[in-house]
Amino acid sequence: MSPRPGFVLEVDRSTPPALFWHGEGFRLEQLPPGRSRIVYPPEPLEAAPDPAGAIRRALDNPLGDCEPLSAQLRPGMKLTIAFDDVSLPLPPMRRPDVRQLVIEEVLELAARAGVDDVVLVAALALHRRMTEPELRHALGDRIYDAFAPHGLLVQHDAEDPSELVYLGSTDEGEDVELNKRAATSDLLVYVNINLVAMDGGHKSVATGLASYRSIRHHHNPETMRRSKSFMDMHRSELHTSNWRMGRLIARSGVKVFQIETTLNTNTFPEQFRFLERREWEWTLRDRLSFLGTSGALERMPDRLRRRMFHSIRAPHAMTSVQAGEVEAVHSSTLAHVLAQQLVEVEGQTDILTMGLPYICPYNVDSIMNPILVACLGLGYLFNMYRNKPLVREGGVLVLSHPTPWAFHPGHHPSYIDFFEHVLAESTDPLQVAKHELAYATDPWYVHLYRTGHAYHGVHPFYMWYWCAHALEHLGGVVVVGGNPAAVRRLGFTPASTLEDALELAAAITGPSPTITHLHSPPLLMAEVT
Amino acid sequence: MPGDTTPSALPAVTVPSTRAPSTGSPVVEALAGKRVLVTGATGFLGTALIEKLLRSVPGCEVIALVRPSRRARAEERLHREVLRNDCFDTLRAALGSSFEDVAASRLHALAGDVALDGLGLDEAGRDEIATCDVVVHAAASVAFDSPLDAAVEVNLLGPSRVADNIEAVAGRRRSLRPGRAPTHLISVSTAYVAGTHPGKATETLSTQAMSSGAHARTHTTVTTEVDIAAEIASARRLRGDLEADSRSSARLRRFEAAARRELGPAGTHVLAERAEKLRADWVSARLVRAGRDRAQALGWPDVYAFTKALGERLLATEHPALPVSIVRPSIIESARSEPRPGWIRGFRMAEPIIVSYARGLLKEFPGTPEGVIDVIPVDFVVNAIIAVAAAGPDPAGSAVYHVASGVRNPLSYGHLVDLVRAWFTDHPLYDSAGQPIVVPEWSFPGRGRVKRQLDHATRALGAAEQLLALLPVRGSKAALAGRIEERRARYERALGYVELYGAYTETEARFAVEHLLDLWERLSTEDRLSFCFDPAVIDWDRYVLDVHLPSVVSHARVRTSPSRSVVASRGERGRSAVLAPARELAAFDLENTLVASNVVETYAWLASRDLDRLQRVALAGRLIAEAPRLLALDRRDRGELLRSFYRRYEGASARMLFDAGRELFSDLLVSRSFPAGFDRVRKHRALGHKTVLITGALDFVVEPLRPLFDEIICASISTSPDGYLTGRLERIPPIGEARALALSEYAEREGIDLANAVVYADSVSDLPMLEAAGYPVAVNPDARLSAIARRRGWHVENWSKAASGVRPFAPLAPRLRERGVRGGSISAGGVNGGSVDGGGVNGGGAVRGGLPA
Repeated sequence: MSPRPGFVLEVDRSTPPALFWHGEGFRLEQLPPGRSRIVYPPEPLEAAPDPAGAIRRALDNPLGDCEPLSAQLRPGMKLTIAFDDVSLPLPPMRRPDVRQLVIEEVLELAARAGVDDVVLVAALALHRRMTEPELRHALGDRIYDAFAPHGLLVQHDAEDPSELVYLGSTDEGEDVELNKRAATSDLLVYVNINLVAMDGGHKSVATGLASYRSIRHHHNPETMRRSKSFMDMHRSELHTSNWRMGRLIARSGVKVFQIETTLNTNTFPEQFRFLERREWEWTLRDRLSFLGTSGALERMPDRLRRRMFHSIRAPHAMTSVQAGEVEAVHSSTLAHVLAQQLVEVEGQTDILTMGLPYICPYNVDSIMNPILVACLGLGYLFNMYRNKPLVREGGVLVLSHPTPWAFHPGHHPSYIDFFEHVLAESTDPLQVAKHELAYATDPWYVHLYRTGHAYHGVHPFYMWYWCAHALEHLGGVVVVGGNPAAVRRLGFTPASTLEDALELAAAITGPSPTITHLHSPPLLMAEVT
Repeated sequence: MPGDTTPSALPAVTVPSTRAPSTGSPVVEALAGKRVLVTGATGFLGTALIEKLLRSVPGCEVIALVRPSRRARAEERLHREVLRNDCFDTLRAALGSSFEDVAASRLHALAGDVALDGLGLDEAGRDEIATCDVVVHAAASVAFDSPLDAAVEVNLLGPSRVADNIEAVAGRRRSLRPGRAPTHLISVSTAYVAGTHPGKATETLSTQAMSSGAHARTHTTVTTEVDIAAEIASARRLRGDLEADSRSSARLRRFEAAARRELGPAGTHVLAERAEKLRADWVSARLVRAGRDRAQALGWPDVYAFTKALGERLLATEHPALPVSIVRPSIIESARSEPRPGWIRGFRMAEPIIVSYARGLLKEFPGTPEGVIDVIPVDFVVNAIIAVAAAGPDPAGSAVYHVASGVRNPLSYGHLVDLVRAWFTDHPLYDSAGQPIVVPEWSFPGRGRVKRQLDHATRALGAAEQLLALLPVRGSKAALAGRIEERRARYERALGYVELYGAYTETEARFAVEHLLDLWERLSTEDRLSFCFDPAVIDWDRYVLDVHLPSVVSHARVRTSPSRSVVASRGERGRSAVLAPARELAAFDLENTLVASNVVETYAWLASRDLDRLQRVALAGRLIAEAPRLLALDRRDRGELLRSFYRRYEGASARMLFDAGRELFSDLLVSRSFPAGFDRVRKHRALGHKTVLITGALDFVVEPLRPLFDEIICASISTSPDGYLTGRLERIPPIGEARALALSEYAEREGIDLANAVVYADSVSDLPMLEAAGYPVAVNPDARLSAIARRRGWHVENWSKAASGVRPFAPLAPRLRERGVRGGSISAGGVNGGSVDGGGVNGGGAVRGGLPA
């Protein structure tokens, strides 16, 4: 039986309560019948058979104007393999990670061709450095042990002037400054995991291996407001800017061999199967495991609950792999991503509800702090649309998340100060941006980014810019079950129950509003007609 | 209630315009051109007296006998402690800019001390005395629980010393002020010299009462024969004996042990200071008890009444010829109308009791509801003294005047309690949570029952406090210990009030005011308005509800509204003081100040880095087994603990440890950090202050913190020439007193005054360093430091730990799948790691031959 596509359920009196993610937990919520609907994601697509073989075939049969990888490898050359960092995929996938599979094939070809100057670079951009266990997980122990002890496995350092090179500026005056090793190699192989439609393309190199000097040109409130949405590259100013930079990089003589992979939405392991099923199809086992899990979670201390969730390894499977010239590869990739995630939804809604899970790209093995809550809701999930947003202009977004006033001090040090000082002053992205430079250049944050495992000092600003389009579009945001003080600091309205939240929202939208619930993750992208 | 004969508004202020007034007031005229010497000028009564003399008796000149203090001369004290008191606000407002001139021309300070023979006067001082027409001796040690010797020196000997001086300069007076009457001494005593036994207390000296023999038992006056000289000698000898006893080895050991119990390993100097303070307190406490016991043995309620009574007797027997008047007020309370209604100085007898009651601490106070509580407003006492001065000495011999309300206009104890209760029901105080405190209804129990109740509460809290002190709690939990301690101290104080003042609420003596009323009868109508002292005019309901209680509450530091702003603002003030741009240096301790971790955790993390699961369990087991010994060692001597731990690093590779230090910081220390602490360091840097980290931790552990600090003073282990640690420290680690030294050395090098330095630390072992700085800050203090910080008014910061991430609770390094690839390791046993090994990985060449399988 082939996997069922996503669909939209109209809620009536017989509809069972809908599952809402709620951070490290879940809630079952009854939506008002007659004016509510629930958008369900498509079921996971079949995995590509023989992944290693598929990868080899892709490397041998590149897309676009590009020679097979083996033909581009020769002794004495300088080869750099860059790969996506810990922010992808979510949750981290079971071993072996796709990156490991791809890089092993690339290294095999390199060894056969006699290449001995090979360096692996984690394409961090301004993200935190990965830990040894995370690198081992992404690359496998064999690759790690062969490269790391000799300094041949490095993490991109956007704050090391000696390891950066300036390539010039685009027609729009955007500076392009890249990782020197990558930009000066004879060949740069970039290994992607394209979890959502935003990932990949020219953004891989132009952002992943760039410095603050470069990234600031597209990570800013104006660009993000003009990206509707940033998940749709054809209507995304973020992508337009990255494409300009990518073409400049190509013109500068940097040879990029792009490898992109797509995953299916098989997101949670067997014991969490109820998360991927539609509520009325829950078996007795699903019900019991839901009750058991929820009961256990309630009694668990925070630390343990967090540990449990962050130890989840997704049974993601690779659905496609394509290699070759960046733009050709990316358009093929997009088709695969959309084939898995796209759901057609008719018309916009007054109120969009979503349950936010425990994880987003920036809190793997970490804490989902209030800024990340905002970014996941208003940044990522709000933007999972094509054509027009799920919620109408002036409508209300209702998020369900505990939103604790809690930060990981090692991963998010500048977030703490951003939350305490910057957001306390204003939540308007344009006002917020006035503090950007001070945070971006703060020596202590730079030190923690370079030597610890901290996100760059500027990163919380980007999280806030990510929300810029939604903030402009929405009439209000209500957070159910969150820490009221933290929710207010974000400029949102706290509510203790969904019922209250819908009442509060109706005060903005007018009486009897229509409601749409995004039943995600697993991820879905709405095609709103 | 007798008619109110004076308007409740202030009498018009008489502005002294000329030296020779013609006011038509016999009192003012009688004192015109007179010089009045006042002792006890800085006291409650003395201040009010001087103010009234300046305001309402324009023709007189006032000389204040003031004891110079170590810091201020007599004039300065007079200016600062008397003239700047809000007592003078009315006069200051009335006189405007001429206030200073009037004060300067009519008020002078005379340096002297009533506790010294000859009052400590020089020739010029004695001449001053000789020119005085009236001497009001108002100086007293008014505490009911003074040490015996202090009360004897001031209260017993004071009046006679003043009289000695007056008599000694009598001849000089005749030459300096020919034709003037001899100096009139008005000695202020207390009505309670009569004791508190039932009956009528007459306005007679006890010497007179004793000589009238037959009537001795018909009045209350204590007539026990006392050998005054022997009392004086024995009080002085007792002081000497106790001082000697307190210095015996056995006692000194006890003081030292008590100081150590209280402060822990705080360093020699700090402990010595504390022990010496405990010794002095012990002597003082013994003398207090001796005073109370001696007083009660002879029939007086406390040492105050006892020494005052003997002072009167000594004055009468030694100076029979001197013109003397004795003014005996009962319990002096806030002013009824002058200088303004409710004016009060200092926290006196009834106020703390009332506040304890309003706070809900004193659920009961002993007393008989129908009994009379004899209270008199301070302005009545002042006016009576002035009237006595104007009337002059009684030619028939020493005259005694009671200034008391109990007979003329009695206020029953039960009625007073009703008024207080009604007032606090309408105007409740608020507890720390902003909840109004409901005042209890009193059942007027016996003194024994109240004492037992308070005693139980005190003991229960004391036990809880000791228990908490044993627990390793910090920050807000330790502050709980602090709150319990505060509460216990309050209960103890309440218990003290019951012991001290219980006798006064149970007083059944009636203080006759016949002499006082005679004096009143002789006043002109105008003087009765300006110098009112007839107790009959007091409307008690109005006085208690509208005058006294509002004044008491505004003087007590209590919450009178539910807002928490008072407390918040104290924290804010402390914070803005340490973050003022004028500060120059901020020094931080590491463990439990910036990071909730310690040497043991650090070691465990580093040692577990290369272990497999089984070895980890073994390591953890060993450390847990060692824990009691380590804890004991830490309490005894932190230096020894560090040395014992640091020896375990012997043989580890220095390079590897510095690499590991980064990981240790990111993985363990950051997750145990107080983000507000790091924020504070950065704030200081932003203000341009030098920042210093002073810690017993090892150099490679604190290396990742370097960008935050201008200087890191830490421990380091010496390295052998081939790059391995020897396990021996390079120098004395900066802990305890060595920290204070290191800090002051650094400050000296940088040319910074430590008075401008801020020090952040968490434990009593940091006391020497905290005390060295002008701005000590207790961070998440343990119970002992919390108590010290509160007592000394130090700023306290309770920084919360960062949210727990996903790292495991145990301080072990993350477990990696494959091992043996890192060079150099600390072996679990603690010695001989350091094996650098390539692990058999063929690294760079890996690619050529494919990956190692």
